[in-house]
Amino acid sequence: MRSATYPPTRKRVVNMIMLSLTGICALLVVSVLIFVLGYLFINGALSLNWNFFTKLPVPVGENGGGMANALVGTGKLLLLASAIGVPIGLFGGIYLAEFASSRTASFVRYTTDLLNGVPSIVMGIFVYTLVVLPMHHFSTYAGGIALGIMMIPIALRSTEEFLRAVPRALREGAMSLGASKSQTIRTVVVPAAIHGIATGIMLDLARVAGETAPLLFTSFNNQYWSPGWNQPSASLPVVIFNYAISPYEDWHRQAWAAGFVLLSGVLLTNIIARFILSRRTHLAGS
Amino acid sequence: MPAFNLTDLGKVRSERFGEENAAQERDIQPQFTVSNLNFYYGKFQALHQINMQMPTKKVTALIGPSGCGKSTFLRILNRMSEMTPDTRVEGEVLLGDQDLFAFYPTYLRQRLGMVFQRPTPFPKSIFENVAYGLRVNNLLPSKQIAERVEESLLRAALWHEVKDKLHVSALSLSGGQQQRLCIARALAVRPEVLLLDEPCSALDPLATAKIEDLIFDLKDFCTIVIVTHNMLQAARVADYIGFFLSGRLIEFDKATRMFINPSQKETEDYLTGRFG
Repeated sequence: MRSATYPPTRKRVVNMIMLSLTGICALLVVSVLIFVLGYLFINGALSLNWNFFTKLPVPVGENGGGMANALVGTGKLLLLASAIGVPIGLFGGIYLAEFASSRTASFVRYTTDLLNGVPSIVMGIFVYTLVVLPMHHFSTYAGGIALGIMMIPIALRSTEEFLRAVPRALREGAMSLGASKSQTIRTVVVPAAIHGIATGIMLDLARVAGETAPLLFTSFNNQYWSPGWNQPSASLPVVIFNYAISPYEDWHRQAWAAGFVLLSGVLLTNIIARFILSRRTHLAGS
Repeated sequence: MPAFNLTDLGKVRSERFGEENAAQERDIQPQFTVSNLNFYYGKFQALHQINMQMPTKKVTALIGPSGCGKSTFLRILNRMSEMTPDTRVEGEVLLGDQDLFAFYPTYLRQRLGMVFQRPTPFPKSIFENVAYGLRVNNLLPSKQIAERVEESLLRAALWHEVKDKLHVSALSLSGGQQQRLCIARALAVRPEVLLLDEPCSALDPLATAKIEDLIFDLKDFCTIVIVTHNMLQAARVADYIGFFLSGRLIEFDKATRMFINPSQKETEDYLTGRFG
């Protein structure tokens, strides 16, 4: 009977091997994330307490203390980074999607992708030369500028992608009512894409929140509060780095806790961004 | 191909058929006077030597098989064609007695409303959709906008369905309602002409019937040019019909006449379903 022997044994075996191979790889990806999350949770969440969020670091040998300054520092750095990265990315993306000729566009797109590929440590040295050396000291400014530059490529490309997804019919609808090109972009195209653009920027922010290398050369670190914007500042990634390579047990615990807080923040941002994207208004004609 | 002149046609008709309104029609200035119009996409010539006079406050339907240039022609009338890169227009089009190509495009488009194949509601409330043209052009003080929005929605036969939810997103409306919203939006700026590019092709028969009724009523307010590939629709709504084939205007005449006694062989073949 043909049906009983079909498909041939060889095919069935190959089928099974391939299925298990792809399955195992998929499982590996998931388990790495779960392992990291679980490990961080066990080591980090248990070392977490209220002091972590409210107290300054204490000298070695003393127990307790927290990372309030690093939390605030990271917040300030991200604020500054957004102030630089978001407008440049947004307007650059609008130019790319709406105004650039296809030749200019492909040139800008290529440059942006290269900028995205620049190693973050190189970006740190670049800003070090550009900002830190002339000022003769590390500062929140320098750190924010480094992170801001790192935000630009993704903010720009994601803005462009979401603007391009707005149907042409919607633009023509606005123009047929006598709207100029800039009015059309401002009142119809950008509002239609705003959920996507906002999501892209949130994910971008979450990505640079964990950058360490550019900050080592720019905002450096600080054991105390960093008033204003003109002084070295603590930040979560750099504090994690410093504490993790220290020989002190208590600092290791603090580093785990900081890692846990940082990852939670990134994860939360991702979840919120996905939620916004899934709820975005469906565009006409798409 | 002969250039059809409405005035001459009117004379011929009044002699031959004794139509009462022929003399009256002769005196009204045509809405569009198109002479020797050619249009190119790059090197490809999409329209060849179009000549026609479209009467004012009538419904003119442009019919023909896909790719015959009827939509391209419609897009030239409000100069939306200029937004496609690498295109070129030759010839003359008069809007009333003014050169169409001398207008500032955004100003021209306020005078010529356009509705597209698929409804294109903006991601805004119903009210703001209708008010859009008024707002971007600063046509009315904001106090009078509400009044005009109501008037436009009434004319588009949508008011009674949406009057209690004007501030709800326009995207929540059904396809047919969205299309009538787009018509209301175009009417709000009180255009002289309404250009409709296959406005019913994405709609079901009931929604289509509503739009066709609407077109009939709107004749009182403006000239209507409708592109359609549905011949029955053309027969139902149009006063005049232009038949396009391969980028040429084969025939332009009164709808009644064209359906009963087309003068060109190609028109007859198309109307009787021998091709297209």
